[in-house]
Amino acid sequence: MRGLRAGGWLRLLPGLTLALFLLPVLAGLAGTLLPAFGILPGSGPTAFSLEPWTVLLSAPELPGALLASLVSGFVATLLSFGTAVAIAAALHGTRFHAWLTRLLSPLLALPHAAIAIGFAFLIAPSGWLIRAASPLLAPSGQPPDFAAPGDKLGLALAFGLVLKETPFLLLAILSGLGQFPADKALVSARMLGYRPATAWLKVVLPQLYPQLRLPVYAVLAFSLSVVDMGLILGPSAPPALAPLLLTWFNDASLASLFPAAAGAVLQALLAAAAILLWRAAEISVARLSRSWLAGGGRGGGGVAVKIIGFGAAYSLLLVAVFAVAGLGLWSFAWRWPFPMVLPESWTLGNWAAASLGLGGILETSLLLGLASTSIALVLSLGCLENERRHGLHPTARILWLIYLPLLVPQISFLFGTAALDAWLGIDGTLLALIWSHLLFVLPYVFLMLADPYRGLDERYARTGFCLGAGRARVFFRLTLPLLLRPILAAAAVGLSVSLSLYLPTLFAGAGRFETLATEAVALATGGDRRLAGVFGFLQAALPLAGFGFALLLPAVVYRHRRWLKVGG
Amino acid sequence: MTGEHARQGLRLEQVGLWLGQRRLLGPLDLAIAPGESATLMGPSGSGKSSLLAFLCGTLDPAFRSQGRVRLDGEDILLLPPERRRLGILFQDDLLFPHLSVAGNLAFGLPQALDRQTRRERVTAALDEAGLAGFEARDPATLSGGQRARVALLRMLLSEPHALLLDEPFGRLDAGLRDRFRRLVFERARARMLPVLLVTHDREDAEAASGIIVTVGQDLANGPDI
Repeated sequence: MRGLRAGGWLRLLPGLTLALFLLPVLAGLAGTLLPAFGILPGSGPTAFSLEPWTVLLSAPELPGALLASLVSGFVATLLSFGTAVAIAAALHGTRFHAWLTRLLSPLLALPHAAIAIGFAFLIAPSGWLIRAASPLLAPSGQPPDFAAPGDKLGLALAFGLVLKETPFLLLAILSGLGQFPADKALVSARMLGYRPATAWLKVVLPQLYPQLRLPVYAVLAFSLSVVDMGLILGPSAPPALAPLLLTWFNDASLASLFPAAAGAVLQALLAAAAILLWRAAEISVARLSRSWLAGGGRGGGGVAVKIIGFGAAYSLLLVAVFAVAGLGLWSFAWRWPFPMVLPESWTLGNWAAASLGLGGILETSLLLGLASTSIALVLSLGCLENERRHGLHPTARILWLIYLPLLVPQISFLFGTAALDAWLGIDGTLLALIWSHLLFVLPYVFLMLADPYRGLDERYARTGFCLGAGRARVFFRLTLPLLLRPILAAAAVGLSVSLSLYLPTLFAGAGRFETLATEAVALATGGDRRLAGVFGFLQAALPLAGFGFALLLPAVVYRHRRWLKVGG
Repeated sequence: MTGEHARQGLRLEQVGLWLGQRRLLGPLDLAIAPGESATLMGPSGSGKSSLLAFLCGTLDPAFRSQGRVRLDGEDILLLPPERRRLGILFQDDLLFPHLSVAGNLAFGLPQALDRQTRRERVTAALDEAGLAGFEARDPATLSGGQRARVALLRMLLSEPHALLLDEPFGRLDAGLRDRFRRLVFERARARMLPVLLVTHDREDAEAASGIIVTVGQDLANGPDI
């Protein structure tokens, strides 16, 4: 192509990127599917057999595990979606909305385990909520007797998930709103007499939903199969399906490995069926709502949406703040008897006790986070630059591929990915660990960068060319500096994702590596509130520090550049 | 290497643009001598901005093109965008927001110059344009007229051999517009640069005082919205 000759290696980057993260997922699925039918390559003669399935289906834990997974998964997804939509509809264009938007990223950065530990501190029988109302709820001075967290249906788990998934869906809504003239549609509806929240639901949401579909499916698949939150907030006898499978995989005997693999396949089928069911529900809701949409109702229900939206937004923020504050308090607590609201005596001993192995754990966690995030940034920026140089317009199918690691339950492929690592001779190495983190970091980093990159005015680059700058100079001197803010924000998200990863660390590291995530979960399930508080607090604090840095650096670098100081 | 060619101006030969099966523009023949100008007039969507992107070498591959473009005798379509020696001004000034005024101007200077020369050229250009002492300023703090002038200076410092103007006067208010327009054409004539202007504004076209080519098939019978 005349004038458009490009560096050859850049052309190869999209393919390399896709291979880097599709290969482990697909090979992982295969590596789980084979043992589910009695075939374990590399460990003696094995033959096709349905026995793993008969063992799985006759396991006494299975019915309870399925019930807890299904209830928590669907309740969490429905509530998160409803809450996110209500918040977006009620708050659109208000000052509180702008404020909440700024809080979204830090909220999203809180790792699952940290949120779960903090939330458990809040709702337990001897937790903060009961303590705060102890004269009423615990008149005897003894904690009341109820099973939360850890109720059989997994409702505590569902609410814990809502805390994490609502901010994620809100972010998806915000980015979706940038894809079409939502404000104009809203103004036209209001000129026709519709109340603001009703106008949002009737005019904006139907146009927005196609952009939300993939994020919602990811939330559904994730909620049905979450492991770390399930261990901390879910039931224990029996646990939900994914945590149950983890204990089977961890079992040293080969005999429990085969049914575990069958269970992992069942978990994938469950997620796929749930997504299909959700799709069917989408179609019927779309059909049933037609008369409502065109019925002319201007919004008596607008008030209800407003109340729900504002209420949900405030409760979400409050619970998140108290959960993190609880982590911090427990980490410094010495004696904290029931029903006191604050600890009776304080100590630095918890931190001193934790500090013994802390150096190595912090080092591993940060190394993993920084390495996987840097690789993800280079790959994403390279793919986006390649896309622009060749005027490519990525299709919806590519987006599905990018979402794939988020749509397939982790427990369903990570065992097989570890088998791939073993075949490559890198199992249990740092390299395998970084690779497995990359699978989950890359989609977020790419999605965070794609809109700002594609939205950058093409004429800046053209001006640069006409001023005699080559492609490399335009990329490094114009594109990257202009995108400094979104690049740092994407890096902060990547780091926070890596810091929150539990199952990938466990499987790819073959149990040889300890990170903040694995330690926090181990301590929380071990029942040590004080040490769990230390690790949970650290796990929450590091990503927040990352976000602080991502905000601060552009403000300092561009302190004399007004156009780059605000917004972005 | 273009230095050895005599200045022959900008020449478009049988240039046409297609988007899918739809012909946007052309085939067009146009010769602009050094120091002269030509104007392409047409409504929005008539493909005139795409023509400039085509000349710069940044046209979206979705378009199909044909024809030849010579600048001082050399077929520039074979060159990468940064070596075509074309200067372009858009309706927006597009000053790089992360660089100071001096940084923006220096970006346009040929890289081979040493630091001292670079600084001197930037200062001289600012002095000459009535912007003395503006080196360290943030482009965001400049007035619209000042920004337009900095954009013009930046482009001229890159020593282009032809000028492309993509409605660069549209955003300026009436008084300013007239002065800036005169400045651009004066500078272009002083340096013997061929100028290609695209616009939908007849006043701009007349100020360019060159030949006027009208494009856009439905200009005669459709309303120009």
